Amino acid sequence: MSELRLMKGNEAIAEAAIRAGADAYFGYPITPQSEVLEYLMAEKPNERTGMVVLQAESEVAAINMIYGAAGCGKKVITSSSSPGISLMQEGISYIASSELPCVLVNVVRGGPGLGTIQPSQADYFQSTKGGGHGDYHLIVLAPNSVQEMSDFVKNAFDYAFKYRTPVMIQTDGAIGQMMEKVELFNQEKRSKEIPSWATVGKPKERERNIITSLDLQAEVMEKRNHKLQAKYKKIEENVTLFEEVACDDAEYLMVAYGTSSRICQKTIQLALKKGIKVGLLRPITLWPFPKKQIAKLAEQVKGILSVEMSTGQMIEDVKLAVEGKIKVEHFGRMGGMIPSPDEILTALENQIIGG
Amino acid sequence: MEDTIIKTENIVFKKTELLTDNELSYCPGCGHGTAHRIIMEVIDEMGIQADTIGVAPVGCSVLAYDFMNIDMQQAAHGRAPAVATGIKRVLPEKFVFTYQGDGDLAAIGTAETIHVCNRGEHFTMIFINNGIYGMTGGQMAPTTLPGMKSSTSPYGRDVEMMGHPLKMTELIANLPGTCFVTRQAVHTPSAVRKAKKAVRKAFELQKEKKGISFVEIVSNCNSGWKMTPVQSNKWMEDNMFPYYPMGDIKLPE
Repeated sequence: MSELRLMKGNEAIAEAAIRAGADAYFGYPITPQSEVLEYLMAEKPNERTGMVVLQAESEVAAINMIYGAAGCGKKVITSSSSPGISLMQEGISYIASSELPCVLVNVVRGGPGLGTIQPSQADYFQSTKGGGHGDYHLIVLAPNSVQEMSDFVKNAFDYAFKYRTPVMIQTDGAIGQMMEKVELFNQEKRSKEIPSWATVGKPKERERNIITSLDLQAEVMEKRNHKLQAKYKKIEENVTLFEEVACDDAEYLMVAYGTSSRICQKTIQLALKKGIKVGLLRPITLWPFPKKQIAKLAEQVKGILSVEMSTGQMIEDVKLAVEGKIKVEHFGRMGGMIPSPDEILTALENQIIGG
Repeated sequence: MEDTIIKTENIVFKKTELLTDNELSYCPGCGHGTAHRIIMEVIDEMGIQADTIGVAPVGCSVLAYDFMNIDMQQAAHGRAPAVATGIKRVLPEKFVFTYQGDGDLAAIGTAETIHVCNRGEHFTMIFINNGIYGMTGGQMAPTTLPGMKSSTSPYGRDVEMMGHPLKMTELIANLPGTCFVTRQAVHTPSAVRKAKKAVRKAFELQKEKKGISFVEIVSNCNSGWKMTPVQSNKWMEDNMFPYYPMGDIKLPE
C-alpha cells in the first residue's frame, strides 16, 4: 500500500532515500536544504533499515565520505545547496572519473557568492556542463513537485547503478521548502549484492579492486576518457526525459524546468484567455538535454521563450537545439526572485510575439 | 646444501606476500618502501587481507595501491580520512587504514584529520612525516623544521613569516576520539621492529572500536633534502627527532 503524506520537498527527499534502501547519507547543513539531514536524524534510519546517517564537518568531507562508501558498492546520497555544491566539485569529478554510483541533491539558492537563501536556477551551467574539472557529465534530474522529489530519488539510484555514474537531482529552494501531497513508494530492502568492482576486502582468488581516477600515462588517461564519453553517449540515447504541456497546436513555446515550469503552466492558461496558443516543453533531464524534441517543436512554433530563474543559462542549450531556425529569447529573474505568470506572459508578448 | 638453506627455521627474510611485484616508484633510500612492507606484513600476519581496505593519498605514495596487494581507494588531496570514514561507516567490521604524507594529513587535510580523530572513527592512520613535499619537488611542508631549506623556503623556513612546524601527532593525541597515538621511524632494523609492533597494535585496536589508532613515521626524503640516503638518515636523527621525539604519546586505557 502506498502512503499519502503532506511533506516539504526536502523531507520527501530524505524519506525517499530511506525507502529506496539507501545505505548511507553524508551531508552538511546549509539553507535551504537542512531539513534533509534534520529529517533523517529524527527518523533514526539506522533503526528503520540500518542506513547510516552522518553529519560531516564540511561539504568537502561529505562528498569524500560519499566517494569512500560508494567505492564499497553501497547506495549513497548527499544533499547541499549551491555554495556547498561548489565545495563538492573536486570530489564529484573524482567520483565521475572513478565511475562510482551516487546521488547528489542540489537545492539551488540565489548566487553568486554567498548569495541568498531564496530559490534560484543559476546552477544550470555547473550541473550540466561539468562543474568540476575535466571532461565528465552528471545525469541531472529536475523535479518540479514534491512528488517528484520523492520519485526521482529512486530513479536517480537506478540510473546511478545502471551507468555507474553520479546522478544529480537539481531542484531549488522553492520546491525544497514547499509542502505538497506526496504518494510515497513502499520501503525497499537494502541490497546485499556486492558489485564486482567494489572495495570490500580482497579474497585470495580475485585481483585487487582499486578505486582511482589517476592514470599517469596520457595514453591510458585518454582511453579512460573515451570510455566515459562512450557511456555518456549511451546515456544521451536512453535517458533523455521531458514533459510536454499544450504543445499539440502551440504557436509559441516556452522551455522551462523545475519551479519555472510550474509557473509557466499558469502562464499557458493566462495566454489562452488572450487567445495566445503557447505550449511548454519541460526538460526533466537537464543533462542529457531534450534537444531533439526542441528541434522538432522549432519546426512547428514561431518563437521560443526560455524561462529560467537565472541570467539565461539553459537558453544556450535551447539555441543549440534550434540552430537559429526561429527566434529564441530568455526571460528570468535572478538572485532569489521568482517570476510571476503575468511577468512571463508579458515577456512572451514583448520579446517573442511582438518582438 | 641448497635444501638446508630453505628450511623454514633458516629463513630470516623473504618477499612480503602482500606486496605486488610492481617496481616501487620511490627514490632509493626513501622510507616509504619499508613503511609499506611493515603494514603489509602486519595485514598478512593477522590474516586480514580479505577484510582490509586501504586509502592512498595524494603525494609520493599516491600509487601505494600499485604496491599493496589489497583493495584500495585513492583519495583526493587531504581527504583520505573522509574517504576512510565513508568506507568504515558502511563496512564497520572491516579493517580500514589511511596512508598519508605530511602535506596531505597536516596541511590540506587538517580539518579531516582533526575531525576523524575527534569523532573517534574506528580506523588506523599511518602518517609519513618527512618534513617536505617530495612528489612535487621539495616544497615546504607544514612539518618543515625552522630554518630548513626547501624550494619554497630557499633561505630556510622563517617561522616569523611562514609559521611553525605543526606537531599534528601531539595535537590529535589530545582529542577524545583517538585511542593509540605513537611516533616511530623505519631507518634502522630496531626502529623497523618497533614501528611494526606499533602498526600491529594499531590494527588490533580496530577490533575494539575505541577510535582512531594513529602511527606517525618520521621518515627521510634524501632527494628532497638533497642528501645521500645515509646522510639523510643521520640528518633525520640529529634534526627531526629532537623536534618530533620518538615513542608512544597516548596509549589505550
